[in-house]
Parts: sequence; structure tokens; C-alpha cells
Amino acid sequence: MAKVVYEKPKGITDAITHYCPGCTHGIIHGLVAECLDELGVLDNTIGVAPVGCAVMAYNYFNCDMQEAAHGRAPAVATGIKRTLPDRTVFTYQGDGDLAAIGTGEIVHAAARGENITAIFVNNGIYGMTGGQMAPTTLLGQVTTTTPYGRKPEVNGYPIKVCEMLATLEGAAYVARVSVCDINNIRKAKKAMMDAFRTQIEKKGFSIVEVLSTCPTNWGLSPTEALTWLKDNMIPHYPLETFKSPWGVK
Amino acid sequence: MAAKGNVVFDSECCKGCELCVNVCPVSIIELAPGLNSKGYHFSRIKEGSKEKCIACGFCGMTCPDFVIRVERL
Amino acid sequence: MAKVLMKGNEALGEAAIRAGARYYFGYPITPQNEVSAYMAERLPEVGGVFLQAESEVSAINMVYGAGGAGARVLITSSSPGISLMQEGISYIVGSEIPMVIVNVMRGGPGLGGIQPSQSDYFQATKGGGHGDYHMVVMAPESIQEMVDTMQDAFDIADQYRNPVMIMADGMMGQMMEAVDLDKPKKATRDLPPKTWATTGTAHHAGRNVINSLDLSPVNLEKHNLDLKKKYDDMTKNEVRYEMYKCDDADIIAVAYGTTARIVKNTIDMAAREGIKMGLIRPISLWPFPQQPFDETVDRAKAYISVEMSTGQMVEDVRLAVNGRKPVEFYGRTGGMIPEPKDILAKVKNILGGVK
Repeated sequence: MAKVVYEKPKGITDAITHYCPGCTHGIIHGLVAECLDELGVLDNTIGVAPVGCAVMAYNYFNCDMQEAAHGRAPAVATGIKRTLPDRTVFTYQGDGDLAAIGTGEIVHAAARGENITAIFVNNGIYGMTGGQMAPTTLLGQVTTTTPYGRKPEVNGYPIKVCEMLATLEGAAYVARVSVCDINNIRKAKKAMMDAFRTQIEKKGFSIVEVLSTCPTNWGLSPTEALTWLKDNMIPHYPLETFKSPWGVK
Repeated sequence: MAAKGNVVFDSECCKGCELCVNVCPVSIIELAPGLNSKGYHFSRIKEGSKEKCIACGFCGMTCPDFVIRVERL
Repeated sequence: MAKVLMKGNEALGEAAIRAGARYYFGYPITPQNEVSAYMAERLPEVGGVFLQAESEVSAINMVYGAGGAGARVLITSSSPGISLMQEGISYIVGSEIPMVIVNVMRGGPGLGGIQPSQSDYFQATKGGGHGDYHMVVMAPESIQEMVDTMQDAFDIADQYRNPVMIMADGMMGQMMEAVDLDKPKKATRDLPPKTWATTGTAHHAGRNVINSLDLSPVNLEKHNLDLKKKYDDMTKNEVRYEMYKCDDADIIAVAYGTTARIVKNTIDMAAREGIKMGLIRPISLWPFPQQPFDETVDRAKAYISVEMSTGQMVEDVRLAVNGRKPVEFYGRTGGMIPEPKDILAKVKNILGGVK
């Protein structure tokens, strides 16, 4: 009798995604969906989609979804959670949505200890709009708006979102992970499970920052992009659990 | 030697990104020379290599498009 | 029930709660801060939720989420805060989320002042947000009328799945009047259940998505035409106005809100001097009433729009009169309140020049 080792999660619809070949959004969507299903909360979940490449995430997650204005997902999620406190509410946001236009909303949702879970997809660039600098773009990184490489005297320094949010008392679970290889994919899933458990057990705000690739705008093949991530992003953005209700080793 | 695993590809969803090709520990995945209806070379098990599958599931886990279903026999 | 002496800001909050609102998200801004203080105390008493957001931008998105999840929700602000909410309002209309938004208007533009004004008429009725959209915009003239309007506002919002805006001004928010809170009639509309709300797939058929994006022009046009049909229905069904002493008026003032009450005093002063003056008081600023103009245009010699602005509603008055008679304007702005004697002087000036 064959035993299923891997199949498409129940929390993912049958739609073919519009994401580029090899974009890590698909992997991350799958992990979120697996967590919601395994925790038995999928049909009591409302997700909030961002503006960015994942703008049409409402077509891919097999649960109720709301599309938010750019950066506002944590506020939309707050509105949903305050009216339906027993449902599971998550936001899914990119680095422009969360760390540029949405900094106010994410900081205050964390400060309030909102029992929501933010999935933060950090690929250091703006994908949907064609490859502009993001708040998390690395120094020296070439983008369409930093054609000579990001210079600190012009554009300052990349933002470490997890480290920043971890200073807030209301932020109960803060972790940075990556999906650059199988080992890290497993760790990413574990972090997401802990994040959703933080919400379900009403321990406060949870966020999982997922270091991700953008092969198209980095100008690399999907596999080369994973290597670039390992070599360049992880040294700057350490993979770590910064805070957890169950303690951090 | 009997295969440990059975791998099923939903080729119409595949975008030819090759993440599965590079993650397979026994290197039995390749891109087909043909194209699916979206114009991508889709992934498949190399000819004659089905028996080498160890049912690790890595290909399914790394695929961003939910193309691959892995069973342990 | 006996009348209670209440401040306008507090009365509107209480009226919203009696109309069934149980959620309020807002941000402090003068001159409407008493609303949030009142709701912060009252909502927990009725099992509701009050949350102070970190900005009006955040607050309007919180009500987007809450309204999209099926809640009856109120949000209030004042002019600069309403500016911040314009993006949210556009999204709310596009996503078809019902709610009530109250603007307690203050002087502008920019940071302006904290005294009353009516300089957000364009913003409210011509759409401060982007895209083809409309909201029913209501302008009560007294605290009692604001209380009476609140139940209707929520019901209109639910019936059409569209936000409703109530325009108050700083005067109405701050003043105290005797109010009968039981006077508003209970809901009379047949409101469908909110099967579209995102409450989780365990709680309704299928999967619900609240969204205003559609990249297909064919679909987006259809969506806009569906929205337009709603606006056409609102135009047919939701016009409200009052006509005061228009029957034999030589000059008809057009005014709303606090200004309308000042104009009514002016009309009484004018009558004592033998001047026949009347008032068309739009209670719905959108849809703007056409009928009272058609009824009076033959008899009246001129119209005068009286506003606490440099002239916004006057453009809609001109459109309604459509060139058939002269349309004049009198206004004070920056927080200055028009006085009956000055309005009357202008009226005499106009009548002196009109045959």
C-alpha cells in the first residue's frame, strides 16, 4: 500500500500560479497551507493578500481571503481578528509591502500583540514592478533604481525587520528562516507551525521572515538564485529564532 | 531492484525551473525535450531510472508549482 | 423616552451602537475626539470592540477588514484624517464593503484649523479617492437628525454593500442639544444576510474573497457597470431634502448642516422685513436633489448657495438649476461662521439687482 510522502496541500487551490519559474513564493505558499491544514484550522482561516507579486494569493490559498491595499495587510488583519477572534488570521507580505509602505502597520500590529501571523517574504527587491530597490536590498546590490549598486550615502542601509520587531513586547514569536534547500525548508515549516501555534494559543503577534529568491529580477537561474541567497543574504540576515513563547535556545 | 518510490508529475503545471532536477539526491530527474501547452520544458524521470527513486520527497518539497506527488511503495 | 442633553460627538456614537454597530476603529483628531472616548467606554459595555489605531490610514484598513468579515462598523474622523482615508474608501467601494464613515469637518486645506467648515463637499461627493465611485453622503442639520440618520445610514450601507458618509461639522460635534435616542425608527429595509463575508469556509458555502483587483479589462468594466447600477439605484431611492418656506419665495437659499439652521434664522429675519426667502436643504448631498429645483425654478428669481467654504456645493446648484435662473454664492471659511445679518445683506443686494 503506497504511502504519500509529498502531495499538493489541501490549503492550495488548483489554480496554476502566475509566479515566475523557480520563484520561492510557491514553496512558501505550500508550507503555510500545510501548517493550516495540520493544525486543523484551514476552514476557520482568513488570509490577507498584499500588493506585490503575491497580490493574487487570494486565488491560491484555499481559504477565505481579503486583498489589502499596499502595506495595510496588518491593519486589515487586525480588523478581521478583532471581530472574529477565534479564527486564524494571517498576512502574506513582501519586502515593499511590509518594510517600506507598511512599516507603520506592521510595527503597531506587533506592538499591540495582535494575535495574527505575518508571513514576510524577503527577497531584497521589488518583483512585481520590475526590480526596484527594496528596504532590504543589500549594499552594492544592483537594481533598476540602484543601477550603480546600493550606496549607503544615497539610500542608507538595509533593514533587519526581525531584529527590529523583536524589541517589541507584543511580538511573541519572531523568526527568520529560508527555503533555499531541503533542510531549511523543513526548518521554515517548523517556524511557521510555531508561529501559528503562537496565534492559536493567544500568546501574541507572530512573524516568520522567509529569505527568498527573485530569479527574474536578480538575473539568475532559479538554482543560481538559491546559491546567491545562501552566499549573500544569509550572512547579512541571520537565520534565527529571535523570540518564542516556548523559549529560544 | 524494485523502486522505493513512485513519482507522478502534473506536467501542465511545470515551468521548467529545474529546482527538482538539482535537488534529487539520486539525480534521476531531467527536463523533457518536449514542451507543455504553456511552452515550458517539463520535468520527468530519466528513462530507465524509475527504480532508483528513494521516495525522499525532496522534489515535491522544493517544487514551487505543486507538480510532483511522491509515494513510498 | 425623555430627552437627554448630549454632545453631538457622543450622540452619534450612541446612535451607532443602537443601530447595531459593535466595532469602532479610529484615531484622535480634533474636533471629534469625544467619539472615540465615548466608544472606548460604551462598546465594552455592549460586548463590542474599540481599538485606537496608529493612524487614520491604519484605521480605515481595519474597518475594511472588519466590514469584510461581516461586522457592522463605524469610523469617524475630521477633514485631514478623511484625506488619509481616501485610498481606503476607494478600496472599500471597489470591494463592496458596507460601513458608516463620519466626517466632522474642520477648516482646511492642509492642517487648517479646528473650527467648523463645510469645505470637504467636493472630497465627499466628487470622490476624494481614485476611480469611478460614489457613496450616499448625508448631511444632518441637528444632533437629533444625526441620531435619526444613523440607523438609515447603516441600513443603506448594508442594502447596497457600499459605504455611507455622514457629514457633520465641528459645531455639530461639539454642541449639546436635547436628543430623543429612541426616536429613530428601527430597521425597515429587507436586508439580505451577509453570505459574502470572510468568516472562514466552515461558516458559509464556497470560498469568499474580498477584493477590488481585476486585471482583465472586460471583467473590470463589468464590475464598474455593476457598481454604476448601484449608484443609479441610490439616485432613484435615496435622495432626501427639506424645503422651507419655498412656496412663494423670491430668492431661495441652498444650504446644509449647521449653515441651514443659520439660513432658517435668516429667512425669519427676512420675513420681518417683508422679503420672501426660502431654503432648499439637501439632506443627501449625494445623490444631490434635483426635484426641489425643478419645482421652484419658475417662481424663484434667483438662488443663493450658502456654505462654510469658498464655494463647492454651488457648482451642483448651478448644475441643478441648469442656467434657468441666476445662482449666487455667500460663504465664510477658515472656521468663521456665517451670520444671518450678513447673509441677509447679500440677499438684499441680489434682489436689488434682479428683476
